[in-house]
Amino acid sequence: MRWSLASLCLALAAATAAFAQDGSVTAPKTVDAGSAFSIETSGSGQSALYIVGLGQVIKRDVQLGQSISIPAATIYNAGHYIAFLYVAAKPGSGSAQPAEFDVVPASPAELGFLARPSRLPVKLHDGITGAVYVFDTYGNLVTAPSPVSFELTTPGASNQNRTVTTRDGAAWIAMDSSPKEGAAHFVARAGDVSSTRIIGQVPGDPCSLQMSAKPDGKNLDLETQPVRDCSGNPVPDGTIVTFTENYNGGQSTVDVPLKRGIAKVEMPAHPGASISVASGVVLGNQIHWGK
Amino acid sequence: MFNKTLVLCAFAGIAAIAAAQPDVRVEPAHLEGPRILADQTATAVVENYIESWKSLNEAMEQNRPGLLDRDFVGAARDKLAATIDQQAKLGLTASYKDRSHDIQIVFYSPEGLSIELTDDVEYEIQVHDKDKVLATQPVHERYIVVLTPTEVRWRVRVMQAAAR
Repeated sequence: MRWSLASLCLALAAATAAFAQDGSVTAPKTVDAGSAFSIETSGSGQSALYIVGLGQVIKRDVQLGQSISIPAATIYNAGHYIAFLYVAAKPGSGSAQPAEFDVVPASPAELGFLARPSRLPVKLHDGITGAVYVFDTYGNLVTAPSPVSFELTTPGASNQNRTVTTRDGAAWIAMDSSPKEGAAHFVARAGDVSSTRIIGQVPGDPCSLQMSAKPDGKNLDLETQPVRDCSGNPVPDGTIVTFTENYNGGQSTVDVPLKRGIAKVEMPAHPGASISVASGVVLGNQIHWGK
Repeated sequence: MFNKTLVLCAFAGIAAIAAAQPDVRVEPAHLEGPRILADQTATAVVENYIESWKSLNEAMEQNRPGLLDRDFVGAARDKLAATIDQQAKLGLTASYKDRSHDIQIVFYSPEGLSIELTDDVEYEIQVHDKDKVLATQPVHERYIVVLTPTEVRWRVRVMQAAAR
């Protein structure tokens, strides 16, 4: 009688399965990360219990027929595990079918909080974004929906508060930058855990430019009023202000950085000259110097 | 005769496994977040993630944590390396053969520095003690994976089975 290769393989597999009935393991379906739990065994004699997963691998020598206590903080990495019995001295022994269980994350203990940008102009709609991943004390992503509150606080301005529920461990928010310049505290909070980022809110572009002129011999002393953005915040020193003088078909241009909020320059007092001031895309007033 | 048959069975099995490529299904992205996901980005993320299973399997089979470096970073890399260390100390190796993936990208963070996907994955765990197979178990789980961009590819930063 000739056996085919396939039928022989099947017979060998069945024989292996028949040997593997010396004990069985029963595990709870889910276990909280880091908590104590028990695995039940049946059968008799000594064996080794293996718990294997991508997160951890452990082995315990056990007495079959007893409940095996797994102490707290033994299995703490969330994920899927199999538990099975095996006796090295008795190949083919052990549990025919591994038990499967999931280790689920514990409560939130840490936030991965990324806020962008670190610096932006005031009064920018949805200009600040924050993304949060919620982790437990063992660094497992807390996948159960958890409320995360976001708070943006700028001294002297009203706070913004919003709460978002995580989905698969993640939550995000977009918030407006405050009308007032200064360092904003951007806080994400889940339960008792919080994480803070500092966002620099700087004045926006100048809102209006106003200059005045005073004669000084053959020259004109040109000086702006304190330059502010549209929310009234002083535009930072160093911002370039451009003075342009047109006269008799000629043109002179001088770039001046703001110093203590104002820009000053001395330009020739050409009779009939037209002088303008600008910063970025903002154009200020014009002065016509009489003949 | 019996030994030769066993060897043939083993070779047949090895050949079948070596030839097996996982079935990969990608669901339309169901995005949380304001950032638009470009097709090229989505394709790269899925490709890199599928490749990470190959690295994972090789690292676990050979107990070589260095094989994780191309595809894993941060906590995911550290945890997997610790697992390899534990199984090496027990004289074990394990294979994680992925059979099928059903992937959906669910979150692209506003600043573009992380992408989260879910994967309804079927794979087989086989635990070995040298040449002996200690256990074999098919698994069907939902994984949650967070990837972050690095110089040339997306690498897995979080990889975690969620209870189904």
